[in-house]
Amino acid sequence: MMRISRTARRGVTVGLAIGSVALLTACGTTSGTPTATEEALTELGDGEGQVSILAWPGYVEDGTNDPAVDWVTPFEEETGCQVTSKTYGTSDEAVNLMKTGEYDVVAASGDATLRLIAGGEVQPVNTDLIPNYEGIYDFLKEKEWNSVDGQSYGVPHGYGANLLMYNTDVFTEAPTSWDVVFDKASENAGKVTAYDSPIYIADAAVYLMAHQPELGIENPYALDEEQFQAAVDLLKEQRQSIGEYWSDYLKEIQAFESGDSVVGTTWQVIQNVLADSGAPTDVVLPEEGATGWSDTWMVASDAANVNCAYEWLDYIASPEANAQATAYFGEAPSSDAACEFREDCEAYHAGDEDYASQIWYWTTPIAECVDGRTDVECVDYAQWTEAWSEIKG
Amino acid sequence: MTTNATAPTSPPGRGIPRPKATTARRTSVFLSTHPRTRLALLLSAPLFWLALVYVVALAALLVTAFWSVDSFTGQITTEWTLDNIITVLTGSLYQTVTLRTIGVALLVTIIDVALALPIAFYMAKVASPRARRLLVIAVLMPLWASYLVKAYAWRSVLSQDGILEWVLAPFGLHTPGYGLTATIITLSYLWLPYVILPIYAGLERVPDSLLEASADLGGKSWPTIRHVVLPLAAPAIIAGTIFSFSLSLGDYITVNIVGGASQMLGNLVYTNVGAANNLPLAAAIALIPIAIIFGYLALVRRTGALDNL
Repeated sequence: MMRISRTARRGVTVGLAIGSVALLTACGTTSGTPTATEEALTELGDGEGQVSILAWPGYVEDGTNDPAVDWVTPFEEETGCQVTSKTYGTSDEAVNLMKTGEYDVVAASGDATLRLIAGGEVQPVNTDLIPNYEGIYDFLKEKEWNSVDGQSYGVPHGYGANLLMYNTDVFTEAPTSWDVVFDKASENAGKVTAYDSPIYIADAAVYLMAHQPELGIENPYALDEEQFQAAVDLLKEQRQSIGEYWSDYLKEIQAFESGDSVVGTTWQVIQNVLADSGAPTDVVLPEEGATGWSDTWMVASDAANVNCAYEWLDYIASPEANAQATAYFGEAPSSDAACEFREDCEAYHAGDEDYASQIWYWTTPIAECVDGRTDVECVDYAQWTEAWSEIKG
Repeated sequence: MTTNATAPTSPPGRGIPRPKATTARRTSVFLSTHPRTRLALLLSAPLFWLALVYVVALAALLVTAFWSVDSFTGQITTEWTLDNIITVLTGSLYQTVTLRTIGVALLVTIIDVALALPIAFYMAKVASPRARRLLVIAVLMPLWASYLVKAYAWRSVLSQDGILEWVLAPFGLHTPGYGLTATIITLSYLWLPYVILPIYAGLERVPDSLLEASADLGGKSWPTIRHVVLPLAAPAIIAGTIFSFSLSLGDYITVNIVGGASQMLGNLVYTNVGAANNLPLAAAIALIPIAIIFGYLALVRRTGALDNL
């Protein structure tokens, strides 16, 4: 009796296991091949009354986090489109969430956009239908991370550079080169910090571009096997001097306040916080240039509320809303007009084309080299993440 | 012998009337005479939960270890492959990190047992009932605070301008800073209550009469502890080590907060789920601590430690 019931129970468990595996398999195979050939809208209809948005924290604020921070309510009143939003923590999470098909709009950084386009998750955007697109800085338009073959896939939002932060007590003279975190890193062994993401390999590539021209790196996101290996070796060397890697910006703020980190990559918003607290830090854009990010508002390929989605893209590109959202997040806005609503544009070098031209915006590294080379195959993002684990050891 | 004499039914109008045979009553009669069915019905809901939601979901997740992922679109390809397992078993990265993780888990366990033994012994055998209650509360108190709060508290304690540096500097010593040492200190702190409580429970069950008998026979404190207390408490101690060892094996948050540039197995799983979006590889890596802890459990099964959990 006992034996029978136990066997029966095991049978049920095995059956369930097989069932759920079969279910998972089915989910995996129904996805089909991605297509990116959809046509952009030619005209807009009436709003659907709602729109669901996926964005970085701080991009879609309706006053629930802080009553003083609210640019969603004016949009809802103006257009009648009720906004529901969800935030995500990493670009990879955003890519995964977009696959659910539950969102109409996504604010994606350059290390996610190409994957979204290739995966068929987002549709081409007809910028003629977005009046505020006109005012956006030209140097942000039609870039490799927000357009394919001249077809725009979204509206640029804010942008910023990954700067070099240093402790002014340790560096009495401002460093001018990234060598303080690479070749000269051992001088501050144990107190060097770096951004904890595979995309940081591009920072090493930017440095090599200037210091080892024989490698022939043209674009830090298009590295062939040899160039990639050089960057990885440089980072493994740097690893000896790293005190800690950071990805949570509060962690970096605390480390620079306490002196646990004295030099490393950072964002302008971190320097702003540290300056307010009186910490002895400053930032510089080194002579080699820097990596950075430029975010894009995109529309889902099967958006249920496509008209409201376009309304949102136009609204968030409007000077006032753009100023509010980018100021709250701590980045440069995407238009000059937005600076009329902000006082800190200068700190972020907004609209400074020279400054912007020194920034290599995050782009997803893919096998087909993004710098246009066709004679070699580039190292793709999967290998970047693999190498990143190895660098950290 | 008449038929009346053998009929068990009571005659009408006498004694307690027979209750009506409703469905509910029939069911309850059936259940009271079939204990196994009763047990099965009682347990089916929790067992269903355990099997389907817990075990099967976990198994289904681990099955992905045998699949692979399309590096660009991030879709999981459901073709059976051993690639991930081979990568994890042969990759030098995974070997280094596995050894580091086991080392950290072992050290944390040793430190916790060394700290927990005297505390638990005092609580179980020396303290007055009132002091014992207060001590139990004191041991439990850290569990009321969030894990993150405690980890970040240690981050500031261990920092260059933290309280530890301030205390140690006059003696010419310095804070270890962020790194593996900091990880071991923080994990030891976090898991200490989980080690004290089973040991305390185990020691409490050691009869006082045995200690008295040992003393009567001339046993001093140390031989008594070594020959009487420790053998009896061994299963409880091992039960405690299971907690600190398995919790350390899977941890990634503490390493992230105070570990400096180091990573443990948990971090590799986390990176592969989050940043790399490579669920199959993450599942393959997750098999390592599962295999280790299963090995450990198989090893300690015979000591009776599992009864003390």
